[in-house]
Amino acid sequence: MKERAPAQRAVSPAPREGQSRGRGAFGLQDALRPHEPIGRSAYLGGVSTTPVLIILSWSLLTYGGLVPPLFLPSPTDVIRAAVALLREGSLQIHTLASLTVIVTGWALAVLIAVPLGILMGTLKLVEALVEPVVTFVRYLPVSALIPLLILYIGIGPAEKVAVVFIGTFFQLVLLVADVSANVSKDLLDSAYTLGAKRRTVFSRVLLPATLPGVMDNLRITMGWAWTYLVVAELVAADRGLGYMILDSMRGLFTDRIFVGLFTIGLLGLLFDQFFKRLHRVMLPWSPRV
Amino acid sequence: MSKLLLQDLSVTFQRRRGGVVAAVESLNLTVREKEFVCIVGPSGCGKSTLLRVIAGLVRPATGEVFLDGQLVSEPSADRGMVFQSYTLFPWLTVQGNVEFGPRLRDVPDAERAAAARRYIDLVGLRGFEQSYPKELSGGMMQRAAIARSLANDPEILLMDEPFGALDAQTRALMQELLLAVWEQTHKTVLFVTHDIEEAILLGDRVYIMTSRPGRIKEEVAITLPRPRTVQAVDTEMFIKLRRQINQSIREESLKVLA
Repeated sequence: MKERAPAQRAVSPAPREGQSRGRGAFGLQDALRPHEPIGRSAYLGGVSTTPVLIILSWSLLTYGGLVPPLFLPSPTDVIRAAVALLREGSLQIHTLASLTVIVTGWALAVLIAVPLGILMGTLKLVEALVEPVVTFVRYLPVSALIPLLILYIGIGPAEKVAVVFIGTFFQLVLLVADVSANVSKDLLDSAYTLGAKRRTVFSRVLLPATLPGVMDNLRITMGWAWTYLVVAELVAADRGLGYMILDSMRGLFTDRIFVGLFTIGLLGLLFDQFFKRLHRVMLPWSPRV
Repeated sequence: MSKLLLQDLSVTFQRRRGGVVAAVESLNLTVREKEFVCIVGPSGCGKSTLLRVIAGLVRPATGEVFLDGQLVSEPSADRGMVFQSYTLFPWLTVQGNVEFGPRLRDVPDAERAAAARRYIDLVGLRGFEQSYPKELSGGMMQRAAIARSLANDPEILLMDEPFGALDAQTRALMQELLLAVWEQTHKTVLFVTHDIEEAILLGDRVYIMTSRPGRIKEEVAITLPRPRTVQAVDTEMFIKLRRQINQSIREESLKVLA
């Protein structure tokens, strides 16, 4: 057949109009065209520019003496505080405490929310049973439930796990339900006409078809889970990064607060990269890869 | 004896705000063994609904569908279907897709692979066995979908405007490919389209449907010699048939406007 696969087309793109013209102005013209890809070096340049700018202005503000260290410690102060916290071993303890809680709470939520969400998006009966309650709870800020949870469970790790679980679960159910509701009916119907029975359609069609969307939502909800966790740790805790931040504030150790914030941000970045890589490795067929 | 028999078939849909719409009304139709039958009709006449009923995906309000004399009530591998939309499973390679049906029936590995190879070759996708659907063009995806249905060895192949989403050039190539595939397999085919030329080129017989609610208005035997190629469209017989069917459909389309 004479038609060409899109893959072949991607290898040798037709020269675009205006491409050579764009080069003249440092490629800026290309870079500002909507949805236009840019080169790898240009992209990496962009990636490093923003953090460098932030660190520069930070340095200017602190070393230049424009802001007192009580409000904004200098980069060296923060690094020194980080080294001290690492030496004490407290940064490790707090990080580990937070990680344990967040992964436990989030994983428990995923374990139940993903299958339930898939059923809810697929079976109208499950939707009718689950959706009203889930939507109601979803609009309650988890922070509003913390007093109740402390009353029931106490202020230990179990309460934090519960906060992360509740915060993640109700959001994730709806997100996954949406993903599974959007699986094309024709996809299911073609499985039926190939001889699949109802149960096989669930396991061999519906489940794999939802994987890319579910994977995206796992990444997104993990980001939200950090918020719930830190809020819980700020309210009542004896360890964890949120507790470390609160405790540092009591002693006016602003530099330690910043260490806590950077740690959370870095962990978020790592989780995000981890999920993106997982998506690429596990679902090479996904249109989003 | 007829391979497929539709008797007094009616299909209705519930309107969201109450009331019932008739999509298909007391329709009778037969397809004989190894016959290639096309259904043409104005858009919205219920021809796709009709195929879905035959596939067992939609329940008729009244009437029966018989395949080889057996009453049809639910979907099954004996009625394969190719859809207008792209329905390859994106998580399976071309080969995985083609083997989907045989795998469900626990066909032994070697036999399954041989069938997959045969039908992938037949639709001209050799070399793309390990490609995922996202790496294929629209025409290639439909070819893989045809191979997937054929590898399951259905008694009848239902095709619901399978080339409707393709550009004109690709569509012409696909029609030629389907003619060649049919010469090789002589599957019984029921093919729905709104493209009159496509119906004449492919079919042994063409059923013309009325506008909604759909019934059979007319049945036209296509006596063009086989094997056919796209050159057939220039023959006098083809042009005469096209004029006849065109006129018949035009009357129906006008009824909708009136």
